[in-house]
Amino acid sequence: MSTIIKFTNIAKIYQVGEEQVHALDGVSMQIQKNEYVAIMGPSGSGKSTMMNIVGCLDTPTSGLYELNGTNVSDMNDNQLAKVRNKEIGFVFQTFNLLARSDVLHNVELPLIYGGVGSAERKKLARAAIERVGLTDRIHHKPNELSGGQRQRVSIARALVTQPSILLADEPTGNLDTKTGDEIMMLFDILHKEGNTIILVTHEDDIALHAHRRIRLRDGKMEVDEPIKNRKIITRPTTVIA
Amino acid sequence: MKFVFDEFKEGMAIAFAAIRANKMRSVLTTLGIVIGIVSVTLMGTAIEGLNRAFNKSIAALGTDVLYVQKWPWGDHGDDWWKLKNRKDIRIQQSKDLEKNSEYAKAINPATAAIRNVKYGQKLVENVVVVGTGAYLLETSGSTVAFGRFFTQLEAEGGRPVCAIGSEVAANLFPNENPIGKVIKIGGYAFRVLGVFDKQGSFLGLESLDNRVYVPINRFFQEFMSFRSGIQIMVKAKSVETLDDTKEEVRGILRKSRGLNPKDEDDFAINQQEMLVQTFNQIGGVIAMVGLFITGMSLFVGGIGIMNIMFVSVTERTKEIGIRKAIGAPRRTILLQFLMESAALCLIGGIIGIIIAFPLSLIIDTVLPTAMPLSVVAIALLVSVFVGVLSGFLPAYRASRLNPVDALRYE
Repeated sequence: MSTIIKFTNIAKIYQVGEEQVHALDGVSMQIQKNEYVAIMGPSGSGKSTMMNIVGCLDTPTSGLYELNGTNVSDMNDNQLAKVRNKEIGFVFQTFNLLARSDVLHNVELPLIYGGVGSAERKKLARAAIERVGLTDRIHHKPNELSGGQRQRVSIARALVTQPSILLADEPTGNLDTKTGDEIMMLFDILHKEGNTIILVTHEDDIALHAHRRIRLRDGKMEVDEPIKNRKIITRPTTVIA
Repeated sequence: MKFVFDEFKEGMAIAFAAIRANKMRSVLTTLGIVIGIVSVTLMGTAIEGLNRAFNKSIAALGTDVLYVQKWPWGDHGDDWWKLKNRKDIRIQQSKDLEKNSEYAKAINPATAAIRNVKYGQKLVENVVVVGTGAYLLETSGSTVAFGRFFTQLEAEGGRPVCAIGSEVAANLFPNENPIGKVIKIGGYAFRVLGVFDKQGSFLGLESLDNRVYVPINRFFQEFMSFRSGIQIMVKAKSVETLDDTKEEVRGILRKSRGLNPKDEDDFAINQQEMLVQTFNQIGGVIAMVGLFITGMSLFVGGIGIMNIMFVSVTERTKEIGIRKAIGAPRRTILLQFLMESAALCLIGGIIGIIIAFPLSLIIDTVLPTAMPLSVVAIALLVSVFVGVLSGFLPAYRASRLNPVDALRYE
């Protein structure tokens, strides 16, 4: 298995007034291709900071972050934007779709920024939308969709560039249990298909879908262990294609 | 290249979606630009009218004609008394020029008085009576519509004949052919030989059609002593030899007026160019001041656009965060907001021109003009420029937003 993410002594320090806050304090770890990792921890543990750095939204104060063998810890804004576009697929708790654009355009958007031509773009976007079972909603605006459907649009948007990592930040946080289960089952399937998934959550129940658990506390890695009693949803939901 | 085009298209779509989403706000913001463009284009149209009026008037003077006069054209400054005490230009000087000049193609003396003109019961008051030589048509831009001008013989002999301006003709002879009729100019009888084409007015002030032209020798008999001042028009053979002609005329006149070699000229040789220079100076200042003042309103409109763009950026911080998270580079965000403000201003510019055009037709009735195409093109360019300029700061700020903070923004 090849290494996708390699953290070497990553630290992130925020200056809050007079005080220095060590959001991450010397974290080292590796994530291999096709792993399914849950990053956990109470609020203030540094898990959001970790997610931001893994997702190349932010750069570490010190330490080395190699993504697919490339050092991304010293990149500038535009280089990071390119890496995010090609390597990372984000799934947010609040979906973060563009309210004025329909499903197709929302899913197309990363490809526009990636410079994919119009015809190819439409084809890929339709395939991703079909993948999450929303073909019949393709021209709907986000406010015409249910929470679960919105989250699936955001998964389609994350998948459409075929990124190295799917990075999901509390993907079920705004959903009821049943819809949340459907979404998690979709992640299970995507993982089986070979995707590398990083799940940021504070819910143990959700984390049980993953194969490996990283627990942070006060900016340090407290636990890094494989998950024994994985939760498998046996009841397949019909909406998933 | 393809990428740039897609990005541009995306930016355009976003810009118009944003404008549509905030219709009222967009309309009010654009209003500033509309008013700015209307005032600037109307000012441009008025300036164009001024130029046209001047050029039309000045064309009558001819580029290759010298005007020998007591007074120089333009600003007299402190020399007023000195100029006033100069001896008048006399008919003798015209005769000397005719005799001695080799460069001149035509020489025509002229002077004028104001008299009433009568035909039967019809009266036209305050007509400019011009006493002139036979070469008026050669030295001025005037043309005869029908009939003829008087000949050299008639001029020399001081025959009681005249040619009349179109306005005089229309007033005295509404339903008759004027040719051959006898009219009374200041009480003296003159036979009409011809009628001039309509010429309009000089600098929009004095009508050139409310005139009658009589032989200058007759003029001296009836209206004024031959000792009184005249002006002499000298037409050069070509524009290229104008300077030589001027020097020659100067020499002949100095001799004719009995000047010593040390004396300064006591006459002026005027030419069209002098008026053009004076006008260009005055007109340039008027244009600059006018465009500056109206430009201020456009500037204020630009500030309005900048203000609303800052609001737009703040409102859409989250959207900027999303776009950045999924890979939009700074350039794209910058372009998106620049296009929004440029589109707002361009729409304002187009509406402004649509409003200004009928208003320019109203100006046209007072001061003959037309909205120049260049002004339209410049107005559109300027409005886009204002949009880009006033959108730049907000757009730059948007492009520099940190994606983590932008995403967290509610």
